[in-house]
Amino acid sequence: MTATTSPHALLVLEDGRVFRGRPFGAVGQTVGEAVFATGMTGYQETLTDPSYHRQVVVMTAPHIGNTGVNDEDGESRRVWVAGYVVREASPRSSSWRARRTLDDELVEQGTVGIAGVDTRAVVRHLRERGVMRAGVFSGPAADRPVDDLLRIVRESPSMSGADLAGEVTTADAYLVPAVGERRLTVAAVDLGIKTATPLRLAERGIDVHVLPASATMADVLAVSPDGVFFSNGPGDPAAAEGPVRLLQEVLERDLPFFGICFGNQLLGRALGLGTYKLGYGHRGLNQPVMDRATGRVEITAHNHGFAVDAPLDGPVEAPVGGLGRVEVSHVGLNDDVVEGLRLLDRRAFSVQYHPEAAAGPHDAGYLFDRFVDVMTTDATTDPQHGRTVIPEEGRA
Amino acid sequence: MPKRTDITSVLVIGSGPIVIGQAAEFDYSGTQACRVLREEGLRVILVNSNPATIMTDPDFADATYVEPITTEVIERIIIAEKPDALLPTLGGQTALNAAIQLAEAGILERHGVELIGADIPAINKAEDREQFKDVVAAAGAESARSRVVRDLDGALAAAAEFSYPVVLRPSFTMGGLGSGFADDEPTLRRMVVAGLAASPTHEVLVEESIKGWKEYELELMRDRADNVVVVCSIENFDPMGVHTGDSITVAPALTLTDREYQRLRDISLAIIRGVGVDTGGCNIQFAVDPTVGRVVVIEMNPRVSRSSALASKATGFPIAKIAARLAIGYTLDEITNDITGSTPASFEPTLDYVVVKIPRFAFEKFPSADRTLTTTMKSVGEAMAIGRSFTEALQKAMRSLERRGSAFAFPVLPAEGPGAPDLAALVEATRVPTEDRLLAVQQALWAGASVEAVHDASGIDPWFLDQLQLISDVAHEVADAAHLDELTLRLAKRHGFSDEQIGAIRGMAEPVVRGLRHALGVRPVFKTVDTCAAEFAALTPYHYSSYDEEDEVVASDRRKVVILGSGPNRIGQGVEFDYSCVHAAFALRDAGLETIMVNCNPETVSTDYDTSDRLYFEPLTVEDVLEVVHTESRSGQLLGVVVQLGGQTPLGLADELAAAGVPILGTSPDAIRLAEDRSAFGHVLAGADLPAPMWDTAASFDEAADVAERIGYPVLVRPSFVLGGRGMEVVDDAEALQGYIARAGQTGVRVGPQHPLLVDRFLDDAVEIDVDALCDGTEVFIGGVMEHIEEAGVHSGDSACVLPPVTLGAAVVDQVRHATEAIAHGVGVRGLLNVQYALVGDTVLVLEANPRASRTVPFVSKATDVPLAKAAARIMVGATIAELRAEGMLPTVGDGASHPPMSVSVKEAVLPFKRFRTTTGAVVDSVLGPEMRSTGEVMGIDVDFPRAFAKSQAAAYGGLPTSGRVFVSVADRDKRAMLFPMSRLAALGFEILATAGTAETLRRNGISSTVVRKHSQGPGPDGEPTITQLILDGGVAMVVNTPSGRAARADGYDIRAATTTVDAPIITTVQQLSAAVQGIEAVIGGGFDVMSLQQHAAQISREREGHR
Ligand SMILES: Nc1ncnc2c1ncn2[C@@H]1O[C@H](COP(=O)(O)OP(=O)(O)O)[C@@H](O)[C@H]1O
Ligand SMILES: Nc1ncnc2c1ncn2[C@@H]1O[C@H](COP(=O)(O)OP(=O)(O)O)[C@@H](O)[C@H]1O
Ligand SMILES: [Mg+2]
Ligand SMILES: [Mg+2]
Repeated sequence: MTATTSPHALLVLEDGRVFRGRPFGAVGQTVGEAVFATGMTGYQETLTDPSYHRQVVVMTAPHIGNTGVNDEDGESRRVWVAGYVVREASPRSSSWRARRTLDDELVEQGTVGIAGVDTRAVVRHLRERGVMRAGVFSGPAADRPVDDLLRIVRESPSMSGADLAGEVTTADAYLVPAVGERRLTVAAVDLGIKTATPLRLAERGIDVHVLPASATMADVLAVSPDGVFFSNGPGDPAAAEGPVRLLQEVLERDLPFFGICFGNQLLGRALGLGTYKLGYGHRGLNQPVMDRATGRVEITAHNHGFAVDAPLDGPVEAPVGGLGRVEVSHVGLNDDVVEGLRLLDRRAFSVQYHPEAAAGPHDAGYLFDRFVDVMTTDATTDPQHGRTVIPEEGRA
Repeated sequence: MPKRTDITSVLVIGSGPIVIGQAAEFDYSGTQACRVLREEGLRVILVNSNPATIMTDPDFADATYVEPITTEVIERIIIAEKPDALLPTLGGQTALNAAIQLAEAGILERHGVELIGADIPAINKAEDREQFKDVVAAAGAESARSRVVRDLDGALAAAAEFSYPVVLRPSFTMGGLGSGFADDEPTLRRMVVAGLAASPTHEVLVEESIKGWKEYELELMRDRADNVVVVCSIENFDPMGVHTGDSITVAPALTLTDREYQRLRDISLAIIRGVGVDTGGCNIQFAVDPTVGRVVVIEMNPRVSRSSALASKATGFPIAKIAARLAIGYTLDEITNDITGSTPASFEPTLDYVVVKIPRFAFEKFPSADRTLTTTMKSVGEAMAIGRSFTEALQKAMRSLERRGSAFAFPVLPAEGPGAPDLAALVEATRVPTEDRLLAVQQALWAGASVEAVHDASGIDPWFLDQLQLISDVAHEVADAAHLDELTLRLAKRHGFSDEQIGAIRGMAEPVVRGLRHALGVRPVFKTVDTCAAEFAALTPYHYSSYDEEDEVVASDRRKVVILGSGPNRIGQGVEFDYSCVHAAFALRDAGLETIMVNCNPETVSTDYDTSDRLYFEPLTVEDVLEVVHTESRSGQLLGVVVQLGGQTPLGLADELAAAGVPILGTSPDAIRLAEDRSAFGHVLAGADLPAPMWDTAASFDEAADVAERIGYPVLVRPSFVLGGRGMEVVDDAEALQGYIARAGQTGVRVGPQHPLLVDRFLDDAVEIDVDALCDGTEVFIGGVMEHIEEAGVHSGDSACVLPPVTLGAAVVDQVRHATEAIAHGVGVRGLLNVQYALVGDTVLVLEANPRASRTVPFVSKATDVPLAKAAARIMVGATIAELRAEGMLPTVGDGASHPPMSVSVKEAVLPFKRFRTTTGAVVDSVLGPEMRSTGEVMGIDVDFPRAFAKSQAAAYGGLPTSGRVFVSVADRDKRAMLFPMSRLAALGFEILATAGTAETLRRNGISSTVVRKHSQGPGPDGEPTITQLILDGGVAMVVNTPSGRAARADGYDIRAATTTVDAPIITTVQQLSAAVQGIEAVIGGGFDVMSLQQHAAQISREREGHR
């Protein structure tokens, strides 16, 4: 604790605004898209969430690192955030589960961070001007003229048009076996999947075959799935052509489908709906979403910078022919953003947020049950064949 | 689901007098509720006996009943007002209990009143510990092992099963009353008896102890569509074993991972659904084992609570307001978040700052009380602070406490030799939780103890201790810096150090540090509390300071006024002062000015973000106020600062603020000094030829003895530098004086030339008179003249009083007017003035004058229907009394002395004795004296004194008895005065019990009584019980016991203690006795009639019409 003499670090935003702080984690330089996350808990999950790949994450919670890092709460094999911006970094971990401090973890993972920043000012800036590219510089990198640093930031690639699923997905397929007796099998396409997601499925008696983002229909059919799942993930949905094509095939075969986050955006695109970039995204654990079927509000975990463009006022025929009608099933109450889709003539639905909720509240856990119900509703014997009725399940 | 259309009028029950565990926060929640319901177009009927509240302002309800909160009275109100619904969840346990009684008595059903916001089975499930355990189990969670017992044997068996220590908790009490740890069998026996008595259902829970675990609390809301949100998580700095109300608490929770936090959230949701909380707020408390994470549910409160107020202020999410909307049918998603104006209330606030709350205690008022903090709440108020880090918030909260020595100190400690710290002892001192433990922890760390050692001793989470260590590290950097440069200052400021602390470390005066800091441009910025961590733009200007980069205060071009609030509630300075500040904000806003509130008390209406145009949640110190003033001076026109409405706290800042160039509105700092400085005030009195008791100062015991001899015993002695009657005693002779000085020495009061003792001639058998008045420099308007029921010598705050005076003649009132005018002009008052007088024979002597709003301003305002605080605020910004009369704010003709109302209002004090126990478990003595000890007050209004007095007694503690046994034992000097009232009681059919001496006096005067055994005599040969046993068994309806000698003496103590334990009426002065007998006669003559303040006001204005 020697801030008077301590070295400095800089957060440089694309539009030229510069914030000063102290180095945190690895020393060096990093660039990415600056976004802010408003969760008060779950920094370990955030850091390891592949959806944050290539993003410089600004934490609004003022104290980060309090509970250290443990061996259970990581959402993937590594830290994905490109840069980490906090107000106060905890010198000490306090938790019976902590194995190491956050600072040590970031150093070990080579994640460049900055502490002591007026994070609220950064957030207000991003809120007013939208997300933008940013760089974090510490050590010798921070001693260079700010103009040089700004150039580095401006030369870094933009998130729009970025196809990043391939960078975060698993190299090889693997199986997360059902807990207890196996009832169903799901092919889960990893576009940046979090550890918690297959577990939530497995807990419901599902064998989950996690497939790489490059999986083909043949790969999917090879596991004889009862349903197909598309995960969350980083990047611009408009750039994910391969997975979109796969999804269209899934829909054509009327395989039950459930997608979350990126998977929701891909469902939108597979149906021919547009996707667009939000001003500053939704990243937090407190977002109210209304399930339009029940009128109930759930508090949900969000992490998305893009959203689907779909009409809120009732079902429409999907622009891509032959897939039937689609309706917006869930809406974000803060800003009326589309938070869920469901097909009325196919067994497919998706949500833009995170029912696996790691980190975050568990209000939306019922969606996994809904997926089970969809998979166990026999489309051929349904009296309203072709017009799948998704049972309204009780909530988790 | 939109608003219900079948409800057009709602009865709201308030929480009654301020008591420990149920304080100003319910004024805040009730006020919010009333506002919202009226906004929704409903007719609001309110009942609350507490006149000091904003909610009982006639403007906040359509019909406001300042009446006792009893079943009979509420039924009368229901008959008169015919409400459709009753909302009981915003008035604390008092309102909830009242609602249960109304429902159980069939009254609600009989009159077709629907209970909204709660239902009885849900309340029972939450509050009945046994039923609640089942709910917890069904939610998949654990409770501490426990058993409900109804007698001593059951308790002994349970304790044997769980092994000592065990926790005892009476059912259905609030603030942990009667609960605590029993470490062994004798303690258990004693506590079980008291606990059974404290519980309205005569049940006590015996529970395994989980002292030392981490403690958390979640605040939730549910609507009728079953949407549930967690508004706030709160973590206790003090581990389990210290009541949350007495704990330092932090929001949000800081030492839980997401998984653990979500587990608490999941359990909470399951419990709120399991209990079936209909709509509204509730809180759930948890304990978490720090070694393995095991979670135990402690309890749930199915209503808005003390922590809801804290959570509302901590997050900007107005729980009470939303609870009121939910109760009338809305769902969370249909309600807009006020702060963003665009997003719905169906979300969970997220914080980008840290909030720390620190309780404020009053142990100095109860020297014999055990200072250990346990499961019974003992604090009387709290301060909250907001910072961008824990250290910043913590240190701000500590200085907000406004208690000498409440901030951390960093003395230079020699490494060895004499004066070197004894680390082991310092660490040991952190083991027992007390009010000073935080300081002890910091001192141990500062002296070099390790975080681990302090954690082992105190159980406080290492994360918090590490933050305290960080504060020490920063202090070292400040001490070691070659000079105080910008970086060092900034570092210290970011961790919450005040200029004063930095000065103390560097050996510099506070103003010098400030000058340097300003020269270096190191100033705080003001951030906004916005519920959403800046994700959305905030509309409400609710600010806190932080040494960070970006300021968010929006410039304005208006004329504006800063109002300083009163800080944490304490005995002597409570919600009454908040009332005056809030009134000022309203009046000045109405007068077209921009109002800016500064305060640090989360319980209050003044810290509601929509009371003023801007709210700064800041400590009330010169430094913090100067920074607010600086920020506000950047734009518009700052007229000045109001210091005279928030009690002694802001008044004490006037001099230094003025010295720093800040304009003080109203009475000038020089004038304030004329009233506050004894000798200057003596000159004012002499100049006006006003008599006062003889007095002098003494620098030593010998001198004090000389002074006392000269002015004549009895004398009233007190240290000159304390306020609120602290350390004040009546002394009869030289021997007693010596005793006082010895005792004072033990409690840390020093006497010397720097700390002289003030010695006043004590006026025996004097009638005390209180006056509140306005002065604009020309005219004096007397708000009201109050006659005290207890004689002078009982602190004005603890004495009952009556307005208009019932025994004072016109000549006396004339003298009072003359004196008040002379003092107002002599001092130079612009605004409010309070004067206390003593009437001896027919001479009026001046006891003291306070150039500020007093505790009685709300009472007088309600009794006379004149908004004194509003008028004062207007006078401070230039209005004259004549103008205010013309405007209609003040009556056109006369004032409260010349034209008092016909109806009679009585104010009664409520005392907290039963909360305080000595280390051996006995209750502290309940004798009244010149040191104030009441926490709150009630008001009774009626056509005459006996009825009004009886109402005040009903409101204060449940009411005077109308039959049964009265025990009487009075000091010799009171024997004559008791005769008449006792004969009335006998005639009314009361059975009279007396001790031998008193019985003999009664007999000679023809009043028969039964002699009972004194406690010291023990039970009789045939098992005849002593008086204490009789009282404890509930066999005595009222106790009259006047102590012989003025200082609290041992004789009579057992009787008073027993009475306090069973909560029976206790009368300790003969004046009270006469009033009580009149009251009893009134009650026997028929129940209470009720009248709303609005009807009362209409009657007063008819009277005033008649005067014109
Ligand atoms: N079993 C227990 N062991 C140790 N401390 C306890 C136990 N139960 C409660 N406490 C402490 O007592 C305090 C008051 O208990 P609580 O049930 O919350 O009563 P209240 O109704 O007064 O709020 C708690 O805040 C906690 O610190
Ligand atoms: N000279 C006196 N004789 C009798 N009683 C007195 C005298 N001076 C003060 N008191 C009593 O002591 C109480 C407190 O004294 P006061 O000077 O008003 O102090 P505070 O600043 O605490 O209000 C008064 O309300 C009154 O009852
Ligand atoms: Mg409690
Ligand atoms: Mg006084």
